[in-house]
Amino acid sequence: MPIYDLRNQLIEKIKAGNRLVQFFGNKNGEEIILYAVLVHDNLSKLYISSSVFTGEKDYQSITPVIPSAHLFEREFYEQFGIEPKEHPWLKPVRKGIAGIDNIEIPYKFFNMTGEEVHEVGVGPIHAGIIEPGYFRFSCHGEKVHYLEIELGFQHRGIEDLFIKNYENPFFLTKLSESITGDTVIGHSGTFVRAMESLSNVSISRRAKSIRTIMLELERIAVHLGDISALSGDVAYLTGNSVFGALRTKIINTTMSICGNRFGRGLMTLGGVNYDISFELKNKINTTLDWLNDEVTLAAEVLFSSASVLERFEQTGVIGKDTALEIGMVGPAARASGVVIDARSDHPFDAYEYFTVHKLTLDSGDVFARAYIRYIEIQHSIKIIKEQLNNLPEGELKSKSNTLQNDSLLVSISEGWRGEIVHVIITDSSCNLKRVKIKDPSFHNWFALALAVQEEGISDFPLCNKSFNLSYSGFDL
Amino acid sequence: MDLLILRLHHGYQAIKDISNAKLSDAHRGFPVIDESKCIDNCRECESICPTGAIKIKPLSVDIGKCIFCSECESFCTNGTIKFINEYKLGSAERNKLIIPSGKSFANYHSEAIKARKEIHKLFGHSLKLRQVSSAGCNGCEMELSACGNVNFDMGRFGIDFVASPRHADGIVITGPISKNMAVALEDAYNSVNHPKLVIAVGACAISGGIFTESSELNREFLEKVKIDLYIPGCPPHPLNVINSIIDFIGKK
Repeated sequence: MPIYDLRNQLIEKIKAGNRLVQFFGNKNGEEIILYAVLVHDNLSKLYISSSVFTGEKDYQSITPVIPSAHLFEREFYEQFGIEPKEHPWLKPVRKGIAGIDNIEIPYKFFNMTGEEVHEVGVGPIHAGIIEPGYFRFSCHGEKVHYLEIELGFQHRGIEDLFIKNYENPFFLTKLSESITGDTVIGHSGTFVRAMESLSNVSISRRAKSIRTIMLELERIAVHLGDISALSGDVAYLTGNSVFGALRTKIINTTMSICGNRFGRGLMTLGGVNYDISFELKNKINTTLDWLNDEVTLAAEVLFSSASVLERFEQTGVIGKDTALEIGMVGPAARASGVVIDARSDHPFDAYEYFTVHKLTLDSGDVFARAYIRYIEIQHSIKIIKEQLNNLPEGELKSKSNTLQNDSLLVSISEGWRGEIVHVIITDSSCNLKRVKIKDPSFHNWFALALAVQEEGISDFPLCNKSFNLSYSGFDL
Repeated sequence: MDLLILRLHHGYQAIKDISNAKLSDAHRGFPVIDESKCIDNCRECESICPTGAIKIKPLSVDIGKCIFCSECESFCTNGTIKFINEYKLGSAERNKLIIPSGKSFANYHSEAIKARKEIHKLFGHSLKLRQVSSAGCNGCEMELSACGNVNFDMGRFGIDFVASPRHADGIVITGPISKNMAVALEDAYNSVNHPKLVIAVGACAISGGIFTESSELNREFLEKVKIDLYIPGCPPHPLNVINSIIDFIGKK
């Protein structure tokens, strides 16, 4: 449809409760096709629409009406050069980083002036062993008035690499494991499911259950690591050590299943590479029972400690309205009272066979983002035990098939950080033509920038860790 | 009171004898190659390898490129390549990382890192490192962080990661080095005082790994410096990292 109609329709649908989950371009000869994917979470519905650009250089931006579209429009402009007119903040997303690329007009950071106003620049290399990104704070004394986040340092051209090496299925699966190393199962699972659906391959119930178990183990491990790091950030060192040691136990369990602490090597087109034997099942069961006791013991001490609560509560608050407006996803959104969880809204793998309760909290502060991790850990333990003890029989791997030609497929899943969306488009000779990837961080980085406004600059590490967003997942 | 009970319950978690710690059999470490088992000469292992780590005639696996996915092992019905759970993979020389047929782990490990007197004298008692994530996927970064946690506790050997390159004796590079990180990486290296070490951790830093063919990389920096220690893996296990560094600085 014409872009004018697409724009109106998007605005109308989003105002009626749909959510924008993908918005991207694809080059088709001389034409550029713009695709928009919307979901309705309560109705589990998906809407796809597109508009063809044949030489037009701009269109009317959607962002002034729908703020959650701001990054999508910037990304589309960066990749295809079609300008969203009257976009309030047309800043580069991954390329043209200030001072690095030789572009004609370098991007200027938002600037605050006034007496006693000062700016603090942090990055791209940070103090700890973490990924690179640049943060620029405009402060008055200790108080942060504005934070501008500059990313793109990790840009490795992943979407293009998928197309370049479409012939080697092993390469594709391994590349999807490296989109971000902390969400190996989340991303590789989303990708292989898309490829399987595009080639009409159905996988066994056993393979589905094993994928689900591994995804939940990944969620538990990262949540434990995050609670450990949050404890460290408020100088509660016992929590830092105890939760850290629990995480080690869980990633070692992951290794006992698939040989890698982060789940690399598990996913394959048509199923999984590793089985869970009877002995291993008993071992995991014992570990999970032990973990349940340990995590309850440690979390009760953590969440009843006055010095911890003093730092966690009312810090970095994101209200429900803001969360909805900027399109937040995952546990961070649920901590602000937004009821979304792709495991229950758009079920995949073994989640098709049971209901996942959508756990939410209301306060939207660091406390809520920490506490929701604790209850999600308990919930995940239950899910894994149920899957383990009712592990269906079945082949590990189904036979592969060629991809369907001229098709578009949307694959949605819930990683530990939130909703992951991959879109795959094939050409007339059944080859990959476009792979579009969206990590939950793409929605949530802006929430961090809002969360630290009017907070002390010393609370930034705490707010940052409470979101624990991915640089590599955003930068691709 | 609850806090004290929790602390007591937590106990002492660190692995006591770090150089003799055993990993689970499931772990994919050193590749053992037996070319005599390659009877049908199908070359499939070479063509399916996602990072081009396998070369045929003579058969070899470059663990500087290998991401230890073991697809070659499961694809080959003859059992020509087998990944065993030996994890100490560090090497001081790039060419030693190319594992030929018949090479045993013991043989590899005894040759890969030769403790040098001058290195031991300079860094043997205390080694402070600045890590630079140059477009790494966060896998290597998480394992390097884990080196300092209560289980592995690298600090007890005098080896630590520090915040400022000015306090560091060397840099640890992870990731394939994107164009956008090339400047920052070089700045960090130049900010470290002489004498300094360069350690490359993970397949991406050593060879580009799965991102080798990306047009968004800029690996010119590696042509200007000498890498002192290579630690292969995707990502390398903390025991691999710690033992490789301990061997390199001659800490016993």
